Amino acid sequence: MGRYFRRKLLIYGVTFFIAVTINFAIPRLMPGDPVARMLTRNKVANVESSEAMRVYFTDLFGLDVPLWQQYLNYWAALFKGDLGVSVFAFPSPVTSIILDALPYTLGLLLPSILLSWFVGNSLGAVAARSKWLDNTALPASYLLTAVPYMWLAILLAWVGGVILGWFPVAGGYSFALRPSFTWVFIVDLFHHWVLPFLSLFLVALGGWAIGMRNLVIYELESDYSNYLQALGAPRRLVRRYAFRNAMLPQISGLALQLGVVVGGALVTEVVFAYPGLGSLLLNAIQNQDFFLLQGILLFIVIGVLLFNFLADVVYVLVDPRTRLGLEGGVS
Amino acid sequence: MALDVNDLRVHYRTTKGDVRALDGVSFSIADGEIVGLAGESGCGKTTLGKSLIRLDGRMRHVGGNVLLDGDELPIGNDRAMNKHRFKDVSIIPQYSMSAMNPTRRIGKMIADLLRSRGLSYRNLKDELVHRLELVGLPERVLDNYPIELSGGMKQRMVMVLSTLLDPSLLIADEITSALDVSNQKAVAETLVRFRDMEFVKSMIVVTHDLSLVYQIADTIMIMYAGRIVEKAPAETIVKAPKHPYTKALISALPEVGLEYGDKRLKSIPGKPPQLLNPPTGCRFRARCPLASDECAEQPPMVDVDGGHQAACWKLED
Repeated sequence: MGRYFRRKLLIYGVTFFIAVTINFAIPRLMPGDPVARMLTRNKVANVESSEAMRVYFTDLFGLDVPLWQQYLNYWAALFKGDLGVSVFAFPSPVTSIILDALPYTLGLLLPSILLSWFVGNSLGAVAARSKWLDNTALPASYLLTAVPYMWLAILLAWVGGVILGWFPVAGGYSFALRPSFTWVFIVDLFHHWVLPFLSLFLVALGGWAIGMRNLVIYELESDYSNYLQALGAPRRLVRRYAFRNAMLPQISGLALQLGVVVGGALVTEVVFAYPGLGSLLLNAIQNQDFFLLQGILLFIVIGVLLFNFLADVVYVLVDPRTRLGLEGGVS
Repeated sequence: MALDVNDLRVHYRTTKGDVRALDGVSFSIADGEIVGLAGESGCGKTTLGKSLIRLDGRMRHVGGNVLLDGDELPIGNDRAMNKHRFKDVSIIPQYSMSAMNPTRRIGKMIADLLRSRGLSYRNLKDELVHRLELVGLPERVLDNYPIELSGGMKQRMVMVLSTLLDPSLLIADEITSALDVSNQKAVAETLVRFRDMEFVKSMIVVTHDLSLVYQIADTIMIMYAGRIVEKAPAETIVKAPKHPYTKALISALPEVGLEYGDKRLKSIPGKPPQLLNPPTGCRFRARCPLASDECAEQPPMVDVDGGHQAACWKLED
């Protein structure tokens, strides 16, 4: 098993290296010049001071050295956690901008992914053995997964925010408030959180429920279930085995889902104007903020790689078949 | 009399109507008897095996009854049947390779199963290990997952597990179909040994392999289209069959030691009838070389001589 993980680590290491390199190259290959952008923004008419500023910004963004040295510096800075300085939110460092947005994204995505996984799987498992639930919950699940997410989100915002007026339709918190650890702010935060959370929760719920229902039915009709029943095992034992085996693919599916967490839910954050990584990414693109874009992409890459690795580990731990396949059987 | 089946009728429900897979099957099996049940695909032999232990969702018990050691088996009632399964009637399924939960250690699975039946794994473990050794499996297979065992080992494991509680009746359903010839022989011999050691009282071996069942069975029953057409001691079925279908079946088998040259083995022309709307009278009529007008009426099962019965109007005296 050690060999398997060493090989996996090597593969993930190489992937990480390539991703970081591409990430370094993209902004430098894209049209546009961050220094020129800073200069136009500062509207300096005087040629001399303009030249002084050009030198200052070129130095600040680290563009004054040859490309190979920029590349090495980039790696060095990366390991110090320094992702450069943002252009559109100058002079804030990229790292702090990302870290400011991160709690919103995590607070939105983690609960929605975990809860939809838990509720969806429970619903699916029960639907697999209850005709009544199968006939009601399943069509609803199909509807939820089939609906275009954008449409559902807008519908939720319209019904919950405009028609019923229960929840605010935009923002992470009221404009009148400043982020702080007070009850007023926390309640306000929660109030803004409900609709985007619900949209993500509902859409993922249907998919998990359908998947789990099919998996459980498949396991209940498998040979080992039949044999157990022929030997008079009570339904409870047969169901327990079926449920446990049906859970295996769902567990690795969850780990993969968590991988996208750091990427944020771009559409959700755009529809609900939620201040997470997704809307930050959109801002960075719209403002040609290369360094911020670079930083967010790097964050996403690390997140996906990390959780994919986790999925690999988890699967090996929960399923003896993969584990034994790695160790080799005993005869 | 260990097993007594009277006029058993089991149908499959389909959207087009009932498929009469078992249409009035009667026979009995004595203590310690191994009965081979043979016939071509779709004749109802697996349905007969299954209906004695667990009807699947589409099967319906329409009529007839089954007595095991004098008590009636509630075969139509899944719940009531549960307490007889494993203890009184047991089965070695067709699919031994995938019969065990792939994600549970074999010993743990057996413990779960025994506990759910209100039995103690600890008390039975010595007997279990003893029987594993009999079939050549070491005790440590109990700590293995099913995928760690070879196909033959899985088969033997399932054979031991199915017979662990010394059932009165064991149904072996096509258990040699997936094995190579040397394993087939080993499995067949194990079945006989289990009977001789009284792990099981009597046994029904469902198969389409007449030559295999001839080696181990005391009696052979031939089924055709949902009915039993002939029942006789194994030797008699092979050497002196009476029913035209049995004769045709036997003459389709090659015999060791005989030169066939360019003579071809005879196959039976035609196909078995649809069981959705079976024809009246003798069901072999359409394919039978001897068929005549009287065959439009169903022939009764008659004694030819001691222990030999056949259902045909054309039995020579």
